[in-house]
Amino acid sequence: MCGIFGVMDKRRQMMDGSGIRQALSIMNERGSGEGAGYAAYGIYPDYRDCYALHVFLDNACESKAVVDATLEQWGAIEHDEAIPTYDQPNLRAPCTPWRYFFRPDPSLAPGSATPEKDVITNLVMQINRASNGAEVFSSGKNVGVFKAGGAGSWPEAVADYYRIEDYEGYIWLAHNRYATNNPGRWERPDPFNLHDWSVVENGKITTYGTNRRYVESFGYTCSNFTDSEVITYLIDLLVRRHGLDINLAIRALAPPYWEDIDQMPKTEQDLNRALRFAYGSATMNGPFTIVAANPDMMVGFTDRGKLRPMVVGECGDCLYISSEEAAIRAMEPNVESIMMPAAGEPVIGRVAP
Amino acid sequence: MMVKLVTIDAKGMHYTPLNQQVRRAVEDGADEVVVQNVLGQRFIGDGLKGDATIHVYGVPGGDLAMFMSGPTVIVHGNAEHAPGNTMDAGKVVIHGSAGDAVAHSMRGGKVFIRGNIGYRGGIHMKQYEAQRPILVVGGSAQTFLGEYMAGGLLIVLDLDGAMKARGIGSGIHGGEIIIRGDVDDACLAAGAKKVPLTDEDRRRIAPVIREFAGDFGLDPEPLLNADYTRIVPASARPFAGKYTWE
Repeated sequence: MCGIFGVMDKRRQMMDGSGIRQALSIMNERGSGEGAGYAAYGIYPDYRDCYALHVFLDNACESKAVVDATLEQWGAIEHDEAIPTYDQPNLRAPCTPWRYFFRPDPSLAPGSATPEKDVITNLVMQINRASNGAEVFSSGKNVGVFKAGGAGSWPEAVADYYRIEDYEGYIWLAHNRYATNNPGRWERPDPFNLHDWSVVENGKITTYGTNRRYVESFGYTCSNFTDSEVITYLIDLLVRRHGLDINLAIRALAPPYWEDIDQMPKTEQDLNRALRFAYGSATMNGPFTIVAANPDMMVGFTDRGKLRPMVVGECGDCLYISSEEAAIRAMEPNVESIMMPAAGEPVIGRVAP
Repeated sequence: MMVKLVTIDAKGMHYTPLNQQVRRAVEDGADEVVVQNVLGQRFIGDGLKGDATIHVYGVPGGDLAMFMSGPTVIVHGNAEHAPGNTMDAGKVVIHGSAGDAVAHSMRGGKVFIRGNIGYRGGIHMKQYEAQRPILVVGGSAQTFLGEYMAGGLLIVLDLDGAMKARGIGSGIHGGEIIIRGDVDDACLAAGAKKVPLTDEDRRRIAPVIREFAGDFGLDPEPLLNADYTRIVPASARPFAGKYTWE
């Protein structure tokens, strides 16, 4: 199951986290109280030019020393501090959430079209792969993920633990986890983030192994054994490194069936065949609804067989994507339009330039 | 005799106390229960017996009227997934649209939806002797309509001409799907076949269409005289050669 929610204001008007907290809590039945999380864009205007690294530290002394050393090797730390947290009666935190505002050194990725993001990607992989008591769980400019897993991690408890109502963003994603085949570790729930992209997913990718091997062959390391981690890296690979338009990237990840491709006009057939051949190992099967965001857009799409729900709402400048209509109405009672897009029809909302 | 009416304000209420209140009202002899400010509460009317009418104002959560046996539930708004799930008898009337898997495994009674439904409408509806469930959709249905259908009657009126369903009747081995207008052969799944709607079929569905039109204030005449496509199982064992070897 799982419940997911995304909201974006096309004119970058800021929303505090109280609305999405309420929306997610309406879908408590979709979770099992073992994980929830939020991602927000636009929350760190004072450090808008720095990459905000959110890190779970097992130990604020030894684990932090390793992170500090790694960061100094890749650039300069502008500022760092503990992420403010507020104890909740039924939530037991096994680690300390910390944040760094960091300037990567672009000269360390010569020949790259996006050197800063390559540096960030490398250092995130390096820290997370090392399993030395530190895990970077978000790493973008002016964006942050707040999440918790394990017993007692209901949406409200996690929101209150981080007091997400104290943050203001123009895109928010949220996820309420129904733990299935992995134990509920603190760092495991969605959202997953790698610099620009954040992902929440309701589903179960049956092609996880194939997709993971594919994305790891491009230098990513999947250390969390979770669908959303692989999806985040796949989107980064296809959009940033391969330069695919978001429409094509989604089409590569969730392509039309061969029999549907056969019915298309010739040029469209050729394009879709080429995409399926080129990205066969990136194609995701199994039931899923995914909502992803970067600083400029929010997108939602489902698996081709439509085995998970996705409801889309619009009101004024706001676009909502949700597992259930009631959650949209909890946040915006006057929502103007509600629709359920067909499988394979991505919903793409872009922030006004 | 005076109608006994009970009103419940569901604002901010979890579904457990809400459903306990609905159940108690019906047990105490209420003829009509009006539930206001519903927002996402699941399981409303589940397992309810008797002949009360429940009016739901707002958007109820999933599995509305699951296992219900007798009452009428009228939703003044949209519904989420699987209204009428394994419903036994009674009636669900939805004035808006509904999500995926509408009338999932339904075994009796009626589900009428004025708007559209999502994917897998009527999945595994079934019938046994006098138990014959009926699902009627005013708007459009999505892909895998009547998937694994084992019995009952499923009518889609496609009033807005927006039907895009493919894979219709995937694995159908009982019951019938009747869709207003023509359906392209390419939209039928393996195991389903089109047959002409006979005069006898038309007489059989006329009372259902009249009742549907009456519930939503529609003119029944154009619907009674329209062209329909009837889809039935090609065989009682559509996957005989797929999963077994004899």
